[in-house]
Amino acid sequence: MRAAIKAAEAARMIPDGASVMIGGFLAVGSPERIIDALVARAARGLTVIANDTARPGLGIGKLIDAGCASRAIVSHIGTNPVTQQKMLAGEIAVDLVPQGTLAERIRAGGAGLGGVLTPTGLGTVVAEGKQTLALDGREYLLELPLRADFALLRAHEADYFFNLTYRLTATNFNPVMALAADCVIAEPDEIVPLGAIPPDAVRTSGVLVHYLVERRH
Amino acid sequence: MDAKELIARRVALELHDWTLVNLGIGLPTLVARYVPPGIRVAFQSENGIIGFGARPPEGMEDPDLTDAGGGFVGALPGACSFDSVTSFALIRGGHLDMTVLGGLQVDAHGRLANWKVPGKLVAGMGGAMDLVAGARRVVVAMQHASRGEPKIVPTLTLPATAARRVTLVVTDMAVIEPTEEGLMLRERAPGIAVEQILAVTGAPLSIAGEVPEMRLAPASAVVETGAVPG
Repeated sequence: MRAAIKAAEAARMIPDGASVMIGGFLAVGSPERIIDALVARAARGLTVIANDTARPGLGIGKLIDAGCASRAIVSHIGTNPVTQQKMLAGEIAVDLVPQGTLAERIRAGGAGLGGVLTPTGLGTVVAEGKQTLALDGREYLLELPLRADFALLRAHEADYFFNLTYRLTATNFNPVMALAADCVIAEPDEIVPLGAIPPDAVRTSGVLVHYLVERRH
Repeated sequence: MDAKELIARRVALELHDWTLVNLGIGLPTLVARYVPPGIRVAFQSENGIIGFGARPPEGMEDPDLTDAGGGFVGALPGACSFDSVTSFALIRGGHLDMTVLGGLQVDAHGRLANWKVPGKLVAGMGGAMDLVAGARRVVVAMQHASRGEPKIVPTLTLPATAARRVTLVVTDMAVIEPTEEGLMLRERAPGIAVEQILAVTGAPLSIAGEVPEMRLAPASAVVETGAVPG
């Protein structure tokens, strides 16, 4: 059996300046307790890779409010005026990536692929400075893999091997990020005994998960 | 009937039976209210669900069940949830029959700009670039003009969402089809004359014969019976 850790221990493992992938879509499926612990330890200089920066006071928005992040690689910041203001003030660098391209770049990073060829972004500012390839008469943009030092996931259930399940639209980027970071930390809603999760229901194998945060008390 | 309802009811006629459709945030969301009788459509939300339903009653919301705008939704019988990689494989991989998106500008080549206004607070493209690049049909649902300023322009002055020519533009005044030969004026809104449309259109519009008045989907209440309504 592997032991679970406290959210504060997870936050201490993540040094200032680290790159962190964080699951969630407008904070749905984000590991709120790890985020709270990062804010509590006043983390600085994080590069956050995520779908969005949620809203002020919510999910990744709390990291933005507290000044924990110096860079965000995301598809959208329209729901978070604090991110927008900090971007204009030069306090945070924001790299905007089309959402599907973000998902595939993370997938490539975790799947040993050298890049992704996508039609998304052709003929737009996204294509600036990037290589394009024509294959079978269609043009594609070469997008490079993304990896991070840490992936911070929110799962629904975890068992004692750290096998994970996810729920509904809280799934989003969590499963793909589990493959694309050097250290994967999962925050589950529930921890259940071995065998309680049928093999078909496991979405992320426990072999990919380095640390599990305790269940909410 | 206000302008948004008019646009939504005209766009609803573009829904094809037994297909997957993605509605953008805002005005496009209204299209789901006017699915014509006998048309069975599965709606996808790019945060990871096919077959979302109406918002549950107060206190019954599931915090893990939301739409792409972050609002609480339900799941219809037969719904399916999935991760972001799968969601965008559906969008980019030719599995999406149609996406309906809002627009800031459409130009004479039928290119869409809908994600950024330079000098204003940046929102980001979210899933819009993938949707326009990947959907089989892209329908733009927008007001014809903004405070008298044309939104249909000779060349985009705002950053493009994709190089691709959109399939159809539906506004509160007209239905316009971008073609290789340019923008074709196909229909006009009830009570709107062709001259009125031309007066607030910045790009050349071609007219082939009589321009009929646009038909609208009935203003019927949506009955939710399954992930593929109907």
